[in-house]
Amino acid sequence: MNGDPLWSIFINACLINNFVLAYFLGICPFLGVSAKLATATRMGGAVTFVMLVSSACAYGIQLLLVAIDTPYLRLISFIAVIASTVQLVEMFIKKVSPGLFRALGIFLPLITTNCAILGLALFQTNKGYGFVQSIVYALGAGAGFTLALVLMAGLREKLELAAIPGVVRGAALALMVAGLLSVAFMGFAGLGG
Amino acid sequence: MPRSVPRAQSLSTDEFIKGLWKENPVFVQVLGMCPALAVSNTARNALAMGLATLFVLLMSNAVISSLRRFIPKQVRIATYILVIATFVTIVEYMIQAISLELYRALGAFISLIVVNCLILGRAEAFASRNTVGRSVLDGLGMGVGFTLALLCLGAVREVLGNGSLFGVQLFHDGFQIWVVMILPAGGFFTLAGWLLLFAKLQERRAGRRSLADEVAR
Repeated sequence: MNGDPLWSIFINACLINNFVLAYFLGICPFLGVSAKLATATRMGGAVTFVMLVSSACAYGIQLLLVAIDTPYLRLISFIAVIASTVQLVEMFIKKVSPGLFRALGIFLPLITTNCAILGLALFQTNKGYGFVQSIVYALGAGAGFTLALVLMAGLREKLELAAIPGVVRGAALALMVAGLLSVAFMGFAGLGG
Repeated sequence: MPRSVPRAQSLSTDEFIKGLWKENPVFVQVLGMCPALAVSNTARNALAMGLATLFVLLMSNAVISSLRRFIPKQVRIATYILVIATFVTIVEYMIQAISLELYRALGAFISLIVVNCLILGRAEAFASRNTVGRSVLDGLGMGVGFTLALLCLGAVREVLGNGSLFGVQLFHDGFQIWVVMILPAGGFFTLAGWLLLFAKLQERRAGRRSLADEVAR
């Protein structure tokens, strides 16, 4: 069991070791969905929700795997649980709020292959977090992902209006902006413990 | 009859060659960015990561293409992910057995090969529709292309950020290292630079082709 206080776990996951800008997790949706501010916010919400559910599930699975002494099944069971969680969330949202379901569209099933979710489950196990700590870690990581996505979307909406040479447009420009954001987030180092 | 043999051969080498340059997974298709950026801070880590991905890609392509008639369409993605996860677990234990130091340096990113969109992408787009031989060649080509791309990133970052290549010091003591290149931001900048180079090359080739068309007219 890890003794880190909850606030330090949250700040650490959200700002200092931001999942996108410091760990490079979830780069694909970060580059793909960050063109518009509205979709970026919704995507951030959906990812945070899946992170919370799969983090709780991963905690349970880890207990079970330790109990029956089969650590080599960890990766396979984690990815299976994440895939079924995403499927469940999709069915739930479709039933409860068809409007939100249509707004999220293709991004929902794609969350399965978002490495930030699997990364979160693996990191919390490696760090030996308890149940409450895992939930806070998931909240922090989700908040950090949403923050990075929203900042990036805001910058890219402004860049649409700038005069940029044709060669640079697209992935190269997005990566340079992401690099500058990453430099900015380095300023948070030393905030936590 | 004598014509068909070389044609079949050239088709097979095409499957291999296309992954290296024309459809390079990182520089042209922009797939599998997360591991490409995260572990390319030294050339050695980049090479190890590339080889691990190559192995998983090769094995999963072979297994999926040989099972492609038995996998029901509705559960194919889940099946692919389970096959990939099995091979990633094997690689994880193999790296741990070969070098503990390397295992620590790569950390959770070995496990994260599972969600590398490149591997799932090749399984869905190629291995599920082609014969075992072609799928193996495709996996080999894409894997080598990915390794080369990772090596390009890792070499630039290590030379500038640490003044060395594969751990061998290249410069005199007076060389001022670019610390930013080792940090996460350096990964973004280096990849952006390589993408720019590729975009420029492609633009030049397209420009030359249209010029040639005009001259022909």
